[in-house]
Amino acid sequence: MFLINCPFCGEREQSEFKAGGEAHIVRPKQPTELSDDEWAEYLFMRKNIKGIQFERWNHVHGCRKWFNMVRDTSNDQIKAVYKMGEKPPVK
Amino acid sequence: MPNNLRFKTSKIIDETYRVSFKFNNKTYFGFKGDTLASALLANGIHLVGRSFKYHRPRGIMTSGSEEPNAIIQLHDNSSRTEPNVRATEVEIYEGLVASSQNCWPSVNFDIGGINNLLSPILPAGFYYKTFMWPASFWEKYEYFIRKSAGLGKSPKVADPDIYEHKYIHCDVLVIGAGISGIMAAKMAAKNGFKTLLVDEKSYLGGSSIYDNSEFSKINNQITSSWLEKEINEISKLENLEIKTRTSVAAFHGYNFLLARENLTDHLPINQRENKVRQRLLKIRAKKVITATGSIERPLIFDNNDRPGIMLSSAIKRYIDLYGVACGENNILFTNNDTAYETAMSLIQRGIKINAIIDNREQIDSKISYEVEKNNIKIYKGYTVVETYGYRRINKISIMKLSKDGQTVIGDKTKLNCDCLGVSGGWTPAVHLFTQSGGKLKFREEDQVFIPNVYSSDQISIGSCNGDFGLEEIIKNTLFSIKKFLVIDNSEYKTVETISGLNQSKRNIWLLPSDKSLGKTKSFVDYQNDATAKDIKLALREGFRSIEHVKRYTTTGMGTDQGKLGNMHALGIISETAGTKMGEHGTTTFRPPYTPLTFGTIVGRNVGEFFDIFRRTPIHDWHVANNAEFENVGQWKRAWYYPKDNENMHQAVQRESKAARDSAGILDASTLGKIDIQGTDASEFLNRVYTNAWSKLAVGKCRYGLMLNEDGMVYDDGVTTRLGENHYIMTTTTGGAANVLGKLEDYLQTEWPELDVYLSSVTDHFATISVCGPNSKKIVSKVIPDLDLSDEKFPHMSFKNVKIDNIKCRVMRISFTGEHSYEINIQANFGKSVWEKCMEAGKDFNITPYGTETMHLLRAEKGFIIVGQDTDATLTPIDLQMDWIVSKKKYDFIGKRSLYRSDTIREDRKQLVGLLTENPEEVLEEGAQIVADIKKSPIEMLGHVTSSYYSPNLKKSIALGVVKGGKNMLGQKLIIPMENKNINVTVADPVFLDKEGERLNAKL
Ligand SMILES: [Zn+2]
Repeated sequence: MFLINCPFCGEREQSEFKAGGEAHIVRPKQPTELSDDEWAEYLFMRKNIKGIQFERWNHVHGCRKWFNMVRDTSNDQIKAVYKMGEKPPVK
Repeated sequence: MPNNLRFKTSKIIDETYRVSFKFNNKTYFGFKGDTLASALLANGIHLVGRSFKYHRPRGIMTSGSEEPNAIIQLHDNSSRTEPNVRATEVEIYEGLVASSQNCWPSVNFDIGGINNLLSPILPAGFYYKTFMWPASFWEKYEYFIRKSAGLGKSPKVADPDIYEHKYIHCDVLVIGAGISGIMAAKMAAKNGFKTLLVDEKSYLGGSSIYDNSEFSKINNQITSSWLEKEINEISKLENLEIKTRTSVAAFHGYNFLLARENLTDHLPINQRENKVRQRLLKIRAKKVITATGSIERPLIFDNNDRPGIMLSSAIKRYIDLYGVACGENNILFTNNDTAYETAMSLIQRGIKINAIIDNREQIDSKISYEVEKNNIKIYKGYTVVETYGYRRINKISIMKLSKDGQTVIGDKTKLNCDCLGVSGGWTPAVHLFTQSGGKLKFREEDQVFIPNVYSSDQISIGSCNGDFGLEEIIKNTLFSIKKFLVIDNSEYKTVETISGLNQSKRNIWLLPSDKSLGKTKSFVDYQNDATAKDIKLALREGFRSIEHVKRYTTTGMGTDQGKLGNMHALGIISETAGTKMGEHGTTTFRPPYTPLTFGTIVGRNVGEFFDIFRRTPIHDWHVANNAEFENVGQWKRAWYYPKDNENMHQAVQRESKAARDSAGILDASTLGKIDIQGTDASEFLNRVYTNAWSKLAVGKCRYGLMLNEDGMVYDDGVTTRLGENHYIMTTTTGGAANVLGKLEDYLQTEWPELDVYLSSVTDHFATISVCGPNSKKIVSKVIPDLDLSDEKFPHMSFKNVKIDNIKCRVMRISFTGEHSYEINIQANFGKSVWEKCMEAGKDFNITPYGTETMHLLRAEKGFIIVGQDTDATLTPIDLQMDWIVSKKKYDFIGKRSLYRSDTIREDRKQLVGLLTENPEEVLEEGAQIVADIKKSPIEMLGHVTSSYYSPNLKKSIALGVVKGGKNMLGQKLIIPMENKNINVTVADPVFLDKEGERLNAKL
């Protein structure tokens, strides 16, 4: 079970958090102007990388804040956590 | 007991404390400190069980948690009865009752033993190959297979014991209190680390604690004496907590570990009253030191499973620690030096050793010379090719090994024995290390997997790290722990060791025989009866991956997870396939390391704590008034209130009629309530609901439908504008938490620019809904100051009022189609206001109704229940709710998905009303809907989602989803049931008062 460093609360048990899928997928500003394919790309397509992945997490049983995490999915190492709107600290 | 098998010992046996116990209905005696295994062996009993597939007689093989054979049923016929317990781990107590399992009618004569004779036709994969076809026969086969293959009995009544969970946070966790674990714990604790030391045994010191030989010394003291002083010292350290009888079950990522602490299993039953039996420790450690030792390997040869064949190290432990001789005529069979330590322990007590069979041609160690000096015949370069004896070994045949070790040569010699100790070297216990995500590497010279890459802040030391010699263990432990803990002071000045062993080994995974392989039974996995032949067969049939071979042959799939034989399986695979060890990987060791009881896993979460439920503030009233409850999410909701022996149907009919004829009252406190504030609150609602919100006036309410981004209906409810920048949203009972989560998600991640704050207030308010033609009169009595005229308080509006000086919010909204009010009041006043309403409604036959009546009333009106009539595949258009989808709004969550090619299909499942041909016939919810029953296969058009008998319409009504249903009004369809077909007609989903006359009636 991960020990997650919430950017607002500090280290907490994974059981307090909920994973929220891939990060940095921006909701289109003008959905009505997108084709079916473009909308489907936003709606359904996710990378699910083996290796360094950027993902969203929510401290659902804590401060309720969403934040981003960089995690190596091959060994579950959390490389970094950062607030929504902030640039990813590693590439 | 036969006195010739019990010897004096000083370690953990209390010879003044005799203990009686029962095994297979016979009474035996042992001593306090004995395990069930040591006590049975002291009574000359080896045969304790039957194997899983062939029902071969099996004996005690080991002295620890790795035991594959001596699996017993503990406690007979009681609520405590427990299957699959390892006799080697059970500490005996007065009155213990145990029995063999997997045998019928008895362990000495077992009918399943016929499988052994049939074994030529029971190869690997036999069950898969034979019993799976035809599929429909499986049920018939299963009965017999289960009967003959069962592993123990589960208890039939509730467990009387108490279990609990405990969190532990420490700087350093040391797993295993052998010599290296003890040293590591001392170094950590003395250097200021808050340390926890755990060991699965009842005593500390591991195997070194009975290492009394002159051939093993530390600082010129016998190893066991040196270690005793160390243990004495650490037991006084303040920084160190020591837990014995504590087995680490799982090592997860981020140094999170689960351990089972056994507190009462060693006590007589009458001393366990009100005590916690087992504790599941949830340990989060900053650093973990794994010192789990190693497990001796058996040797793989023909008939290597007879009772009396044991690990050589187990024989040593039984004699040195428990004072029990496992046999009177012993033979040791080895490929390395450790068996000579066992020999010395036996020699010291005058126990007869007939011979030592050693695979090695050259043996050169002090200890082997000492054994030879005692006139013990050592057969160098020999192997055992056959064993004899049905219920206990009585003879072996040996032959010389060829130079390459692949065949046997020369003449066969027979030797008598009643106990054969085998030693195939040692396998580091890397189970926990690999569970944690660590990567192993293969060390060629002695054919072991050792830790290589760690996944967290942890280290393995001692023999689980592949350090086998005493000198190596101590030197490397000191060095690695100093580095790992970053400390200067190791607490040890100089440590000098003397050892009589050297580490040479002749490793042959599958020992050759003079018979062809097909005629041998060389067991690799004792518990699951997987033989070397089975593994080779799997390879011949094309299996290559160890994971596949494992499943096909069931190697390593028993309750012991193949702790003894997995390495041999890998060895045989790589030898046969001509590949390198390590290339095939190892099988995954999964938690738990040893089986856990369900009690330990659930802890205190049993009975009413199994799934905690939520009560409304009015709950006690419902209980006092005979309500039946249903679970909605975690809530207990009043379902219906039966009167005078009414059944559910009768109660619901009465309640729904009263609500429409006069007045009904419903506890709606469970509805989710989210307080929404901020200057952008209206804009926010515009984006999350399908309809428009900007123009909703303060004091007004509006129904809203919320979609997922994929266009499917997610939740619904009424939201009220309390002030310019203040709303209160209601959600479905079950959806409250998820809706809040979803709204927070959008707010924080997509629209952080919006000034909006959300807060869950579900528990803060009690919600009482009063409905029916007399609701107005009742509410006017409860809140006399409130002007209830349609002009001042129209439908879909709200008022702040006071009841007895307590502020509350009253909404005029309706989920039944009747004139109705919803009173929201601070939760702790909920019950008194409810009672006030009951009192005020007495003259109007005010009738409390539950969720079932609520469902019926709303179904009469065709109102959907999200989650009952919808299932995340329906859009508002599918629900015929186009009226609530704004055409003008540029965007809202899910809008774009409403005109994807898939969502605009005309033949999607759409919500319709269904009327049965026979108005008395009530459909079953979930029943399939079809048009043509002659077609094969019958095309399923949809299913019934809600169905009731309406007392107000005096007929059966139903809602359902039907492909293209929107255009099928008036069409006849069929509901095929088990014994009849029910004819229905597609109807408008609004069955009652489509014009809203009841709602708008002047009262
Ligand atoms: Zn937080």
